[in-house]
Amino acid sequence: MSLFLSAIVLISLAGVPGLFCRREGSGGEGLACLLTLAGVASGLTAVVAALATAKVPGLSLAWSVPGGSFALRLDPLSAVFLLPLFLVVATGSVYGLRYWPQQENPRNGRKLRLFYGLISGAMMLLLTAGNGLLFLMGWEVMALAGYFLITTEDHKEEVRRAGFIYLIATHTGTLALFAMFALIGEVSGSLAFSAAGSLPATLSGAIFLLGLFGFGMKAGLMPLHIWLPGAHAAAPSHASALLSGVMIKTGIYGLVRLTSLFAEIPPWWGWTILSAGIISGIMGVALALAQHDIKRLLAYHSVENIGIIALGLGLALLGRAYHLPELVALGLAGCLLHVANHGLFKSLLFLGAGSVIHAVGTREIDHYGGLLKHQPWTGALFLGGAVAISGLPPFNGFVSEWLIYIGAFQTLKEGVPALRLAVIVVPALALIGGLALACFVKVFGVTFLGEPRSEAAAHAHEAPKSMVAPMVLLLAACAWIGLLPTTLLPLLRGAVAVWSASATTAGADTAMAPLSWVSLSGWLLLTLLTLVTLWLRSRSRMTPREIGTWGCGFQFPSPRIQYTASSFADTLVRLFDFGLWSERHGGAVKGLFPRQTTFASHTPDAVLDRILTPLFKAFAWFFWKVRAAVQNGSLALYLLYVVLTMLALMALLLL
Amino acid sequence: MIGGLFLHLALLLLFAPLLLGIITKTKALFGGRIGAPLLQSYFDLARLWRKGFVFSRTTTWVFLAGPVVGLVVPLLAALLIPFGALPAPVSFEGDLILFVYLFGLSRFFTALAALDTGSSFEGMGAVREVTFSCLAEPTVLFSLLVLARLSDGLSLNTLLGSHLLTAWQSEAGASLSLILVCLFVVLLVENSRIPFDDPNTHLELTMIHEVMVLDHSGPALAMILYGAALKMMVLSALLVKLALPWQTGWWLGDVGLFLAGQIGVAVLIGVIESSMARLRLPRVPQVLIGTSLLSIFALVLVLR
Repeated sequence: MSLFLSAIVLISLAGVPGLFCRREGSGGEGLACLLTLAGVASGLTAVVAALATAKVPGLSLAWSVPGGSFALRLDPLSAVFLLPLFLVVATGSVYGLRYWPQQENPRNGRKLRLFYGLISGAMMLLLTAGNGLLFLMGWEVMALAGYFLITTEDHKEEVRRAGFIYLIATHTGTLALFAMFALIGEVSGSLAFSAAGSLPATLSGAIFLLGLFGFGMKAGLMPLHIWLPGAHAAAPSHASALLSGVMIKTGIYGLVRLTSLFAEIPPWWGWTILSAGIISGIMGVALALAQHDIKRLLAYHSVENIGIIALGLGLALLGRAYHLPELVALGLAGCLLHVANHGLFKSLLFLGAGSVIHAVGTREIDHYGGLLKHQPWTGALFLGGAVAISGLPPFNGFVSEWLIYIGAFQTLKEGVPALRLAVIVVPALALIGGLALACFVKVFGVTFLGEPRSEAAAHAHEAPKSMVAPMVLLLAACAWIGLLPTTLLPLLRGAVAVWSASATTAGADTAMAPLSWVSLSGWLLLTLLTLVTLWLRSRSRMTPREIGTWGCGFQFPSPRIQYTASSFADTLVRLFDFGLWSERHGGAVKGLFPRQTTFASHTPDAVLDRILTPLFKAFAWFFWKVRAAVQNGSLALYLLYVVLTMLALMALLLL
Repeated sequence: MIGGLFLHLALLLLFAPLLLGIITKTKALFGGRIGAPLLQSYFDLARLWRKGFVFSRTTTWVFLAGPVVGLVVPLLAALLIPFGALPAPVSFEGDLILFVYLFGLSRFFTALAALDTGSSFEGMGAVREVTFSCLAEPTVLFSLLVLARLSDGLSLNTLLGSHLLTAWQSEAGASLSLILVCLFVVLLVENSRIPFDDPNTHLELTMIHEVMVLDHSGPALAMILYGAALKMMVLSALLVKLALPWQTGWWLGDVGLFLAGQIGVAVLIGVIESSMARLRLPRVPQVLIGTSLLSIFALVLVLR
């Protein structure tokens, strides 16, 4: 455990030495990266050692703060969240060396590294906290460090706006968490996390709803996702990778840990999370399809994947409510594995997007094109991430979605009639998968294939090795989970056992046994693909590539005739217009000889820009009016207020 | 096991292109023509096989990945699905998800290969392909849910097992006929047949799958055509087993029944292609949402 503590300290303080280095120099960078890597190595050793022993290692120190002791513990449930965290933190830190070098960013390089370390350390603390107060401290440090990561480029207006929205959202969520922990303390008598399955049913509904609000806000469950797209787009790419790959998962961790505490789970908890998951999944991916800013698009995919994770958690909760251990095991294993998977492939995609932005200098997908020729490594790695996030075999996204699918099919077989409604998860997940596939065909096709659409894209350069290597490592991890899922089964089983001790039955194990077949077919697919590819390459090796694409008779093709990100998604976006409300301007062609015309389309966030902002504006207007009426500067009126207050106080005393 | 595997692969590899020939022949009969010989698709494949490649300078290696995935995926998927009464050589609980997602993989790379040419026509095809397929996906899963409800396992072998015969005679028969219709529509969409797509026109604006593979040539085009034929046979195997759940008890009889079913499906497609016009593109999503509703209704009937 001391190894883990030293990891927290090393990673948290990685950016501190840099503060004493020169603004324009590169002094602190290498040191910060080295400290982070050392911290990750020692943390990884601690987690692996903890998993190897049967006993859960813990630490409990006396603490002068009210509400229990300084307690840490490292059980398999925390480990599932910690392992991807280590990988993402380490790869992001190496990537940042060349992506955000101090010499090119003297204004904010040191700030970025300081808060990058701090947020990572805070997350490690909260993922292992065994006490509500300690959890909240980690949570708040994480939230604030996240704010400073998002506002790294605080000289830009849009970045400051994104940071402000994030700050409001995260503090609203934290407020709910304060109330939740106060209620838990009221019920159990202590702020220390009690053993799994020990909290009674009193007040459990209120606790769950507060937790769902607070944790759901952080996780980005629709409609609480308002802060997420702007924030992930504004942060530097490796910070977005950390925010999207790991930080939003602390919300899921909170929900999983919270629900593990209760002895009895009412069915409506599962149904609530399930419906939130379906809404987040489908609307998240539909909003992603409508975007043309690559990082906003990836951010909306985080909303979608949080939806998939919520589907797994919802099934597991239903399994707990109806006492079906197999459903619990499959749902929770799918949920937790998807947490890890999303951390890996989403970081990979954000880092890939960072390389592209670094090379082309814009986040607009419609200004890219043909980048695979100039960035062969980035392109191939991004393609791997795109296959993985679309849930296609042989990568890891398929494995976790497979577990959730099998869990949902289980509900058909059980004898509980109410549960059968849960089969809606299956077609919902299929629709999400199909839309995600369409979206990533769009992103990869428009960005990396075809002809360059701008001068900058035509002269793009490949990212340096220190930016490519982290992506290779992340893709290798994706392939490992996809091809050898059985190696993770013991870890998942351990985590499920922490959540619900009754879920580790023989039936649950047999339900997951076909994973070895999934792995086998993954290998078969890969082998066949490699063989056929090698054959086709050897046969076509001598063919020159010297003619242009056939334009169906049109002689003067230009890159502008290619499909753009907006035109690619147009049909699907129109189908989902009931929830997207896209704005379209211009584009109408009039007359026999039409003049030049313009067309623009834009899809603002359905909740933030369409509902909350107008709503809050209306509130602000109303209160402004009220203030103008109440506080109008007339002395007589103020004296009347004093008299009325005195009367009210006297009335209160007399009654 | 090994014998079954070889029989499965032999049936698939040898018989699949014939289906295309049967469809063309049926359409020719309806049009009052003699039409191309039944074996024309084999001749086409052999001719393309001997030819060289033509590549646009815009393309990259992704352009060749499309045909490769398009050929390998139906081969693997064929191992998961029973051919009539012949059980699938590879079978495990939950293989139905793998079956569905493998075709997703092939769609992903076919669409990317189309976008790799930088041509607006092929972009058009790619858009339509991914749009229509993701609307067809829920229908497939609803139908699989109906089948899973009627059987006691989650592998395609048990889903399409011998219990179907009794299921047709029970109350579930209505549901089964509904999903038979739904799956047939999905088959038409996935294999780009009329009324969703016209494989024969030479007007690029109206095509989906054909326009995506416009720039392929030589052996790569042969792989695409062969892959498309294999895909059609694999997907219609689902229909054949559903419609003809009988077992003869003798393997040659089973093979005969299965092939007869396949030919029946091909003739049916030919009849539909001869008697219907292609739908306007904005109508296609509406039809697909309609079939989703039908399949939901089928599911409600068996969940009751």
